[in-house]
Amino acid sequence: MLNSVLPIAKNTLTDLIRQKVFNILLVFALCAIGSSIFMAKLTFQEEFQMLKDVCLGAMSIFTSLLAILATAGFLPKDLEDRTIYTLLSKPVPRHAYLMGKLLGIISLLFVFTVLMSVVFCVVLWTREQTVLAETRNATAGMSPDEIKAALRQITDATFNINLLPGIAIIFIKSALLASMTLLISTFATSQLFTVMAAAAVYFIGHLQATAREAWVGDVTSQWWSKILVAIVALLFPDLQAFNLTDDVIAGAAIPLGIFLQTFGLGIFYVILYYCVSAFIFSGREL
Amino acid sequence: MIRKSVAILILLTVGALLIPVESRINADQRAAHLRKPTLDLELRERIGQMGFLAALSGFRSPLAAILWIEAHNAWERTEWGRMAGLFDTVTTLQPRSPLYWDLSSWHMAYNASVAAREDAKQPSEILRKRAERQYIQLGKEILERGIRNNPDNAYLQNQLGIILRDKANDDCAAADAFLKASELPGAPPYYARAAGYSMAKCPGREKEAYTLLKKLYDKGEDERKPSVIANIKELEKKLDVPPAERIP
Repeated sequence: MLNSVLPIAKNTLTDLIRQKVFNILLVFALCAIGSSIFMAKLTFQEEFQMLKDVCLGAMSIFTSLLAILATAGFLPKDLEDRTIYTLLSKPVPRHAYLMGKLLGIISLLFVFTVLMSVVFCVVLWTREQTVLAETRNATAGMSPDEIKAALRQITDATFNINLLPGIAIIFIKSALLASMTLLISTFATSQLFTVMAAAAVYFIGHLQATAREAWVGDVTSQWWSKILVAIVALLFPDLQAFNLTDDVIAGAAIPLGIFLQTFGLGIFYVILYYCVSAFIFSGREL
Repeated sequence: MIRKSVAILILLTVGALLIPVESRINADQRAAHLRKPTLDLELRERIGQMGFLAALSGFRSPLAAILWIEAHNAWERTEWGRMAGLFDTVTTLQPRSPLYWDLSSWHMAYNASVAAREDAKQPSEILRKRAERQYIQLGKEILERGIRNNPDNAYLQNQLGIILRDKANDDCAAADAFLKASELPGAPPYYARAAGYSMAKCPGREKEAYTLLKKLYDKGEDERKPSVIANIKELEKKLDVPPAERIP
């Protein structure tokens, strides 16, 4: 099966790269560089916090958008240009076709996240070096201990290793969204419907934690609203579980256990949605 | 149609099986302060529908950053009331960010209070002083809320001590704040010294201050700063400590 999955994944990745999705990186770089220049008038603590807020927020928006739009488009496109018929007429099982496509999109999301992280780190490092140089000049003549403490304060406010698990969680969330969009596209009748439905699930997923609390906590009293809340709680993933970057920016560390649990949950959802997609797609009339 | 129904059934079943797992992850994330409190309707009114939607969709930190820049612009225009409102929103969006609590409090207790005291448009000195006190109180309240949200943060606790000492002129409360700060993880040694200095100025707590400062003094050369020595000597006189027990 791997023989048929890998070429499809490779082709999907190549096809998406040809669609110039990496141009979004330019927008991201502009966001990062622009905000760093604009925020230079703030104190360095404020500046670095804003820079991290804006960059990680933009990373989350761009990867989520890319996951939904790239996944929603491939099935209608393959049907329209009839590539899917050529592919499936060969000994390629439908589930292998879907897996290849999903792997291609997840690979793209991975490369995209890595490249955005590199841009983010370069901008952060450049600003850090500028502030360090300014501080060295301003503290000339002070005691070495005082200079060391001032410089330490700056380096502490810039890059911290806890950002990496936060970025990894952004990636797994986008992979989950891609897999969920794949599931919707297997029964959707148009690309527009898939995008709209995926966006709706995205918002529901973020509100889901509240619904789950209401259901588990038995807050609602009417039976019909309890059933409705239960369906929402069971059907949609809790996307708030993947929003950990806000606190990472504020300086909190993600304990390894929680990181692994959250990452594992994301992988589980990716596999679950893929399996259900394959199940629906295997019975779809083409 | 049957396949779709089966698919929904699978998702519902797996969703039910996942409930305990997700609840545990949720609880662990909460314990590690990685989950934020639910946003309320009051915030919805303050940040508008789109802002509220953005905050709910996982974009709390970029939204807080944008509002912070807005607050900075308000500061440049010296719109203190607007700043207070924006600070309130930013800290609600990012309650685990000590920087926002610290700077919000500093702007109110130091910048806004001084501006209110020197407000040329207000001829009444009583009203100017009243406004000054109100801003200092606001700065103090912001830090107290920040501490409630970040109970382990020694820096915020120390900042509260500084406001109480320098702006509210309450040495007794400042001493308590510094003492609490000095007991928190990661507290630098000078927090304890600050507690001792404020305690020495608090009527009735001289003995406690002496014990604390003497304990620091006994730790060794690193703690024998000129202020520590001066305070101990003054307290020795006040408390009439026997000459044999006095420091050299």
